[in-house]
Amino acid sequence: MPARPAAFWPLLALVVVFLALPQPRASGQARELNLYNGRHYDADEAIYEEFTRRTGVRVNLVQGDADQLIERIRAEGSNSPADVLVTVDAGRLYRAQQLGLCQRVDSPVLNARIPAHLRDPHGYWFGFTKRFRVIAYSRARVDRASLSTYEDLASPRWRGKVLVRSSSHVYNQSLVGALIAWHGEAFVARWARGMVANFARPPQGGDTDQLRALAAGEGDVALVNHYYYLRLLNSSNSADRAVAQRVGLFFPNQGPEDRGVHVNLSGACVVATSRNRQAAVAFLEFLSSDFAQEVFSKGNFEFPAVRGIRNPMAAIAPANLREDTLNAATYAANGGRALHLMVAAGWR
Amino acid sequence: MTPGSRAGAAGSAAVTRVRRRTWHGLLPAAGLGVAGALSLPVLTVAASVFFPSEAAWAEFVRLVLPRYVRNTVWLLLGVGAGTLVVGVGAAWLVTAYRFPGRRLCQALLLLPLAVPAYLVAYTYADLLQYSGPIQSALRGWFGWTRGYPFPEIRSLGGAVFVLSFVLYPYVYLLTRAALLEQSPVVWEVSRTLGHGPWSTFFRVGLPVARPGIAAGLSLVAMEVLADFGTVKYFELDTFATGIYLVWFSFGSVLGAAKLAVWLMGFVLAVVAAERLSRGRKRYHRPAGPVREARPQHLKGPRAALALVACLVPPALGFGIPGGYLGWMAWVGGDPLWGRAFLRLAGNTFALAATAAGAAVLLSALLAYGLRLAPTPVMRLAARVVSLGYAVPGVVVAVGVLVPLGWLDNTVDAYFRRWWGISTGLVLTGTTFTLVYAYLVRFLAAALSTVEAGLSRIGPTLEGAARTLGHGPGSVLLRVHAPLMRGSIFTAALLVFVDALKELPATLVLRPLNFDTLAVRLYLLASDERLMQASTSGLCILAVGLVPVLLLDRAVHRSRAEAPAGPGSADPSGPDRIDPGSGIRLA
Repeated sequence: MPARPAAFWPLLALVVVFLALPQPRASGQARELNLYNGRHYDADEAIYEEFTRRTGVRVNLVQGDADQLIERIRAEGSNSPADVLVTVDAGRLYRAQQLGLCQRVDSPVLNARIPAHLRDPHGYWFGFTKRFRVIAYSRARVDRASLSTYEDLASPRWRGKVLVRSSSHVYNQSLVGALIAWHGEAFVARWARGMVANFARPPQGGDTDQLRALAAGEGDVALVNHYYYLRLLNSSNSADRAVAQRVGLFFPNQGPEDRGVHVNLSGACVVATSRNRQAAVAFLEFLSSDFAQEVFSKGNFEFPAVRGIRNPMAAIAPANLREDTLNAATYAANGGRALHLMVAAGWR
Repeated sequence: MTPGSRAGAAGSAAVTRVRRRTWHGLLPAAGLGVAGALSLPVLTVAASVFFPSEAAWAEFVRLVLPRYVRNTVWLLLGVGAGTLVVGVGAAWLVTAYRFPGRRLCQALLLLPLAVPAYLVAYTYADLLQYSGPIQSALRGWFGWTRGYPFPEIRSLGGAVFVLSFVLYPYVYLLTRAALLEQSPVVWEVSRTLGHGPWSTFFRVGLPVARPGIAAGLSLVAMEVLADFGTVKYFELDTFATGIYLVWFSFGSVLGAAKLAVWLMGFVLAVVAAERLSRGRKRYHRPAGPVREARPQHLKGPRAALALVACLVPPALGFGIPGGYLGWMAWVGGDPLWGRAFLRLAGNTFALAATAAGAAVLLSALLAYGLRLAPTPVMRLAARVVSLGYAVPGVVVAVGVLVPLGWLDNTVDAYFRRWWGISTGLVLTGTTFTLVYAYLVRFLAAALSTVEAGLSRIGPTLEGAARTLGHGPGSVLLRVHAPLMRGSIFTAALLVFVDALKELPATLVLRPLNFDTLAVRLYLLASDERLMQASTSGLCILAVGLVPVLLLDRAVHRSRAEAPAGPGSADPSGPDRIDPGSGIRLA
C-alpha cells in the first residue's frame, strides 16, 4: 500500500475545520423569521426575544449595512430567505421599495399606531422610531437665543463655526431632501454654498465626532441626530459625560408658523419574496407594541413613533414640540438630488 | 514573472514531453477550471462595461473623477515610497548587521501584518484629532486656542502615514527573504573593493533584491487600491470611495462596476510599467548552497541607532494602535465580552483557516498546471484570478453574489419544473460562499508565493518521479509539496491574516446568525461606539499574532537550515521563503 501523501493530514484537518462552522438551516420555515437588519443595537435583542416568547417564532439575524443587504436581497432573487428588512433611515427603505423589494402591508394595527408621515403612503414600509436631526451648540460660546432654523445656519453670522459630517451620509441627504421639498432646488443650492462657507473644518467623522469637536472648541454649532448626544450624556465614561455637559441641544424651526424639526426614522418593510408574510407582518406589528417602543426609547434614546409611549428622554425636547410632518417618502425621494447639490457646493 | 519561474518554464519543456505520454493535461485543465471558477466574480464586474448605465452618475463622475484619480495616484506613490523606505531599510538593517535586539526586531517588524488598516485608522484619528487626547493635552499645557498648526490626520498625508506603517511588512518580508538568498560573497566582494556599507547597500544589495522588493510593493499597491476603510474614515476621495458613492448614493451598480473596471485597468498598467522598467535584466540565484551571511557587527551608538530605527515602524504600525485599543478596552470595552467572544473568535479562526488551506491547495493546482502547460490561456487565467486582490471587498462580494445567486435560482427553477421540489438557495448565504469570496479576493497572495516556490524546483526530480510511474498529481503531492513546505506555509499564513481582517465581503455574504470579530467591530464602530469596538479589535490582533509569529519563525528557520543542502534537489533549500513571491500579472 503506498504511503499517504504528505498533504493528507492537513487536508483532513481543513475539512474538519470547515465542517465545524455553523451551517445555516433551510430557510422559509414557518417558525422562523429572517431579519436582514441594518440596525444593530444590542438592546434590540430584548425585542426579538420577547417576540419569540409571545409567538414561538424564532428570529434569525444578519446585521450589516442596509445598502449592502439590499444588494444581497436583489442577488438572492425570488429565493431570498429575507423576510423583513430593517434600516435606520427612510432613505434606504425608499430605495428598497423603488427596487421592488418591499411588499404592501395593510395592517389596521400599524395604520392606527404609526403616524401617517412616518410610513409609506402606500403601506410599503413603516417607521418605528423617530430620530430628530437637531442643532447642537457649545454652551460656552453660543447664546441659545441666537439659534432659530436650519436655514439660518447658512447665514454669514456662523462663518467658520459650523460642524457637520460628510454629504455622503444619508442623514444629511434626508435633511437636505426635506429642504428641497419645502424651498426648491435653487434655494437649497444657495443654502448649501452658505453652509460650506460656514464650515469650521472640512466635514469629517460621525455625529459623535461633531459633538466632541464642539466640546473641544473646534466649532460652535453642529448638525447631529439627537440620540448621539443622549448616549454621551448617559455614558458610563466620565469623559463622555463631560463632553455632553458642554453641549446643548436645540430643536430648530419651532416658530409658530414654522414646519418643525426634521424627523428621520428607523423602520422596516416586509420583503417582497418573503414566504413568511404572516409572521413578518406580526413582527412589524410587534415593533409598534408598547413593549418594543419602550425598548427603542430606552436602549438607544430614540423617540417612539407611537404616541403616548412613556419616554424617559422626552424632557430634552420642548414641551409642545413641532415636528416636520413632511412624509418620509418625499424627502427620501429627494436624497439623490440633495447629494448632488451638496457635492456641487463643495460639501464633501 | 521572476527569474526563477522563467527557468521553471524552460525546464517544463522537458516535463511536457513526459506529460504527453500519460496525462494529456488533466491537471492543467483542473487548474484552468479553478482559475475560471475564481475569475467569475471579477469577470462579472468586468462585464458591466457592455451594459449602458444610468446617466445620473455620469455627470457626477465628470465632476469628481479627476480628484479621485489624483488622490489615488498620490496615495499609491506616497504609500509606495513609505513602505519602500521602511520595509527595505529595516530588512537591510536586520540582515546585513548584527546588533543587540536584532533577533527581536526581526519578529517585531512583522507585527503590523496582524492589524487591519481600518483599525489603525480609527485609533490614530481618535488620538490625533482636535478633540483627541494629544491635541487636548497640548492646548491644556500651552494655552493654545484654535488656529495653531497641527497636522490634520484625516488627510492624504494621514492616510499615507497609516497605510505605510501597516503595509510595510509585505516589503520587509519579501526583501528580507531576497537578501537572505543573496550570496553574501557579493557583499564581501563589494566591501573588499572599497565600498562602504551604504554604497554596498545601494550598489549591490538593493539591485539584486529588486524582484523581491517589486513583489512586495505590488502587494502593497493592490492593498492600497482595495482599501476602503481607511480612506473612508479619513474622508479621502479615492477610487474605492468613489465606487461606494456611485453605487449606494446614486444607486448605480453598473456605474460602480465600471469604476471598478477602471481600477483593474490601473493595476494592469502599474504592473506593466514595473516590468517594462525592469527591461531585459534577469536575476538568477547563485548555484550551489548559499553560505550563511556574516553580518557586520555594530557597536555603541551605531547599534543603538539601528535598534531604534527597527523599533519605530512596529511601534507606529502595531504598538501605539494596539496600546490605545488596550486602554479603550480597559476603560469601556464591549459589554458582550465573555462567552460570546469565544464564538466570534472561533468563527473567525475557522473561516480564515479554511480559506488559507483552500487557497494553498487551489494555488498549488493552478501553479502546477501553469508549469505543465504554460499556454497563453493559462497565463491569462492566472493574471485575471490575481486581479481580485486589488478590488475592494464589497465589489468582490457583489461579483460573488450575482453569479451564485443566479446559479442557485436556476438550479431551483430546474428542480421545481421537473421534480416539483424547491432546492432554495444552496450556496448563497452559506460559509461556502464566504470562503469562495476570500479565495477570489486573496488567492493572488497564495498563488504568487506557491508559483515562485514551485519554479525553484528543477525538472530533474520530477522527471525521475515520472519515470518511476507517478502521474503529475502524485508528483505534486509526494515530491513538490514536501519540497515547497516553506512557500506553502508562507502562502497559507498570508491568506490567513488577510481573511482574518477581511470585513466588507464578510459583512455582505455571511450566513444568518453568524458573526466574526471583524463584523462585531464594524457593527459597533459604524454606530460610533469606538470604545466598545476596541475589544473586538484587540481580539483580532491577538488571533492574528499567532500566524505572524509563526511566519517569523519560518523565515528564521529557513535561514538556519539553508546551508544544509545535501540531499535536497533544490540548491537554495526547500524551506526558503521565496524572494520572488508577490503578484505577477503581466
